[in-house]
Amino acid sequence: MSDIYKSLVEIAGEGHVSTQTEELYFYARDPGLMPTHKPDYVVAPKTTEEVQKIVKLANKEKIPIVPMGAGMALTGLIIPLKGGIVIDMKRMRKIVGVNEKARHAIVEGGTSQGALKAYLERNYPNLRHSIPDAPPTVTIAANVAIHGQGRLAQQYGFNSDMVSGLEVVLPTGELCKIGSCSMSPDWFSKGPTLPDLSGLFLGWLGTTGIITKLGLKLYPKKRMRDVEIFVTDREDLVPDILFNLTHTEMVEDINIWFQAKPIMFTGNHHITLYITGDRDEELEFKRKMVWDSLKEFRDRKDGGFMWVLPAMKPTFLDMPQKSITTFADVKKGGGFEYSGPIVLIEKYPMLARNLEEVANKYKLAYSGMARVIGRGHAMMFAIAFTFNRADPNMMERVKKAGHEGITFAFDHGGIPWKPTVEEQKMAMERMDPNTLKLMKMVKENLDPNGIMNPGNWEVN
Amino acid sequence: MYRLKFDENVCVTCPTSDCLFKCQYIDVDRDTAHNEMMKIIKGEGSFVLRDCVTCYACEEYCKRGNHPFYLITERREEKGMLTASRAITNQWINMCAPQGKYRVGEVKEKALSCCFIGELRQMARGKLFEGIRSSYVLGAEFFCEVVYLHFAKTSIIKERLPKVIENISQLGIKQLICMHDECYGSFTSLAPAFGIEVPFEPIHYLEYLYDRLQELKSEIKPLNIKVAYQRPCSSRLSLDKYHFVGDILALIGAELVEREYQGENALCCGEIIRMTDRDEVANDVQKRNIDDMVESGAEYCVFNCPYCQMALSEKVSKRGIKPIHIIDLCKMAIGEKKINKGGEKNERYL
Amino acid sequence: MEFEEIVHRCFRCGYCKFTEDYQDFNCPSYAKFGLDTYAAGGRMWLINAWLNNEIKTSEHYAEILYSCVTCGNCEKHCVFTFRDDLLNIFEAAKAELVSEGLIPPPVRDYFKAIKVNGNPYKEPQDERGKWAEGTDIQLYSDQEYLFYVGDVGSYDERGKKMAKSVGRLLTEAGLSIGILGNEEKSDGNDVKALGEKWLFEQLAKDNIDIFKKKGVKKIITLDPHAFNAFAQEYPKLGGNFEVWHYTQILSMLIREKKIPPLSEYKVKVTYHDPCYLGRHNGVYSAPRGVLKGIPGIEVIEMNRNRENAFCCGGGGGNFFTDILGVGEESPSRIRVREALDTGAEVLAVACPLCAKMLDDAVKAEGVEERITVRDVADIIITAM
Repeated sequence: MSDIYKSLVEIAGEGHVSTQTEELYFYARDPGLMPTHKPDYVVAPKTTEEVQKIVKLANKEKIPIVPMGAGMALTGLIIPLKGGIVIDMKRMRKIVGVNEKARHAIVEGGTSQGALKAYLERNYPNLRHSIPDAPPTVTIAANVAIHGQGRLAQQYGFNSDMVSGLEVVLPTGELCKIGSCSMSPDWFSKGPTLPDLSGLFLGWLGTTGIITKLGLKLYPKKRMRDVEIFVTDREDLVPDILFNLTHTEMVEDINIWFQAKPIMFTGNHHITLYITGDRDEELEFKRKMVWDSLKEFRDRKDGGFMWVLPAMKPTFLDMPQKSITTFADVKKGGGFEYSGPIVLIEKYPMLARNLEEVANKYKLAYSGMARVIGRGHAMMFAIAFTFNRADPNMMERVKKAGHEGITFAFDHGGIPWKPTVEEQKMAMERMDPNTLKLMKMVKENLDPNGIMNPGNWEVN
Repeated sequence: MYRLKFDENVCVTCPTSDCLFKCQYIDVDRDTAHNEMMKIIKGEGSFVLRDCVTCYACEEYCKRGNHPFYLITERREEKGMLTASRAITNQWINMCAPQGKYRVGEVKEKALSCCFIGELRQMARGKLFEGIRSSYVLGAEFFCEVVYLHFAKTSIIKERLPKVIENISQLGIKQLICMHDECYGSFTSLAPAFGIEVPFEPIHYLEYLYDRLQELKSEIKPLNIKVAYQRPCSSRLSLDKYHFVGDILALIGAELVEREYQGENALCCGEIIRMTDRDEVANDVQKRNIDDMVESGAEYCVFNCPYCQMALSEKVSKRGIKPIHIIDLCKMAIGEKKINKGGEKNERYL
Repeated sequence: MEFEEIVHRCFRCGYCKFTEDYQDFNCPSYAKFGLDTYAAGGRMWLINAWLNNEIKTSEHYAEILYSCVTCGNCEKHCVFTFRDDLLNIFEAAKAELVSEGLIPPPVRDYFKAIKVNGNPYKEPQDERGKWAEGTDIQLYSDQEYLFYVGDVGSYDERGKKMAKSVGRLLTEAGLSIGILGNEEKSDGNDVKALGEKWLFEQLAKDNIDIFKKKGVKKIITLDPHAFNAFAQEYPKLGGNFEVWHYTQILSMLIREKKIPPLSEYKVKVTYHDPCYLGRHNGVYSAPRGVLKGIPGIEVIEMNRNRENAFCCGGGGGNFFTDILGVGEESPSRIRVREALDTGAEVLAVACPLCAKMLDDAVKAEGVEERITVRDVADIIITAM
């Protein structure tokens, strides 16, 4: 053991390696509900070379490695299920460069969402990226690796769709370039028109390699941004409302949310949508198109736009939205867990009803939230519960409620997003056996020693 | 059970039908106005019930005190007609429902009502409110309920307003300075119209302000500015106190510009019109109103109602006009800066 | 433990690590080590584990707690409603260690030196006022202001230089000031931050007694740490005085034209906000106003300034305990590099601890030719 420690210190430097109780405690868990498991080592490398050395060491010693960003997926993905080395990527946080005209940025494997946002605001104010509402410490690499979604999801898809190139350390330690950067100095494509190898690393929950660098597509940032909230008491109308809205091609992000409390929100489904523009005319034109697209619902009094008071707007316009994080303390307990299956939008009414039923059954405070992905191609439906970390009974009920919610979603054609180990198993049980075989083959060939975040996507 | 005190004969014998004839949103001649009113009275259908934007102006146009707008609202509810969508209507019904989260200061016989508007509590600072600031009420339990006229829900008013009045009088309040123009209208026009008794004396905050400014006259430095006044819808319910607007502005050296949309012809802020799904009408109203302010050379747009202020501040600012509440304007006149909540730590050491 | 009902509510989301606009990590201990345990969220989770007996007191646990420089960035940027108590929680956790007697040796030595010698330098009390020799600064005897110098200003070479500059400026401006000299006692700010509540209260009560006996009403501090103690903590113990930092007084003197018109001094300066003056007490404008009043000066802001200033690493007792250590990733060196990025030739400070920390960092970075650390008073004197 101590040889491995010495080697890690040689690689990363003494202050950046630990086998101490405190680090092992902290890195054994995340703020969600998954069972904890201590690592044997924690290391925070600064360079790709250091990462490679660690991976090679791990292969040699046949010791598991778990790469980690901020650990805020909340589904236990960074908990080292079989011990080993947790690699905290956050010291690798440079912004390597931005190609303004090609609209992409190159960042390191631990660069945070917040840092990129701040960098662009300062240096390229006409460019933005699809930032998620997770705390700004979350890393871009981890977010694309789990197919996260951000503010541009309705327009441009998953954040993983916005990758424009990867540099990965394979489980066997080789450094590999993926996409156009594999044969060109330019990072404009993650695959096409070459064979698209990015699929080997996106969505695998850290089991096929470590992203040390990535290219991320950037998009035009307009000078003005505003928010509208369309409210309906008919959840069955939500899919049609969204269909009309997405047809306009005038909207940035579309989020749908509902919750029992505060009572101002009771009984309603709120469709928050954002519009952007460089000039008043552009913004007001989009607003008009959006209002007109929902005229049929408004005429029947089936829904209407609420007055978003000036004092409320900053909360909605904030990126990332802090209120998503502060939801964790609703029960004064710092706890928040959610799964977010991806599913057809037409399933919204039944998933919404099921969430309310399950929440009432287990007497929990819930928040139902959905985000449109693509032009209505799918949605992420979040089944979120807040809990008090000092109340084990509540935590148990949240686990059960979450399980029922996700099962229902799978029963209605949903697929998991950033799944817990249990959800991964449920997904694999339903999966086409040949698909599973393919997954197994990929994993075994890339990671012959089975060291990469073992316990995840374990195909039996 | 509370019922609207409405006398059919007053309308039948009305020579003008000004209520609908003067309406800024419905274009009718006097005959049609009269006929539609008769339909409404009889409980029949009328396009007026569909098209009324709830600006309250007909309460002023009717010089015979027969509450045409309250009647329209009652008829709408009887027919199950909504102005805004169900979802938005329910949202407002829930939003202002009493939930035990109110604030009561060291209430004496004379007290300030901040209604359910936090901004009004913020504004009640400085010399103008010396001696009265700590005697206040704020919360849904003290909410004037008038907004439900916009949503065609007089049933909510009848249900909640008596309790609000009880909450106020139970605190021993004999004189209530209504910082929200709408509260004054609620206690002096709306409540009596439905036979709801008000055992305390409502005082309009503009009257209070005027008296207080007289006391502080030596500290007033004339502002020498040109202002437009944004008349709120609720001002149509507090007609007897309307003159204080002009009186105060004159006292503090703010010249009220002559413009088209003022007095009886004033345009409401438009935001409720938007919330009741008449966005094009709302846009038109706001454009005409602000164009008018600009054309008449106003430097400031003076607000009475915090909601009008929220609706129009950004829009007037974009056109180069400074938005300000009349209370803050008065503070300016006596040399007081707008004091924000909080402030830098250890500000006293600076 | 005090505040223990809050501790489990931390979400370890990491907002506490950042500046307001997320441009960079702004927690000095986290910037140094890059392990989550060294950020506010890490400390909260470890303290929670300690409270639940999941972990026990250990050297490393103590080191993590004492590596906090109490800069207050976490309190400013945490998104939860309990944010204002974060430093109180860390202080309470340290107090538990103090009562267990399980604190890092440098911390123990610091307390001992203060108890025994009255200062962390173990220098004689009767040499405390020696720095003022050769100046016109008088001992306090009913003057309008007490000029309180503090431990660092009294005994540290760099600090003494600063005390002299400030003292000189104030006296030449005709301000009625006096110092306590050898009667001056440690203000206790860092003692409190390190969890020794009992010792802090002793020091505070002694100081309050002395001030009251001497009829002190107004105090000017050299050191923002003392400023913080007198402004925030002493009132709770019955010590209510009008407290000023010297930059605020300079600002007043310049406004009242009591400092003669300054000559042109063409220099590029960037100002480093001391945490106990800035973030903790909201004083940002006065020092900047003083600098900008110098003709010809160009004041350039670092990217991280005001509420987002990056701490030099000298707070939380670290100036004396040196738990954060040296190295390229030490906070003071990071800050110097940030100052260099502005193109400034002078890094202006308003705190003797910042002065020394940043001075040492300039040397460690090998950039003495490019940038000099100077305090605000010294810069004014150059322009006089």
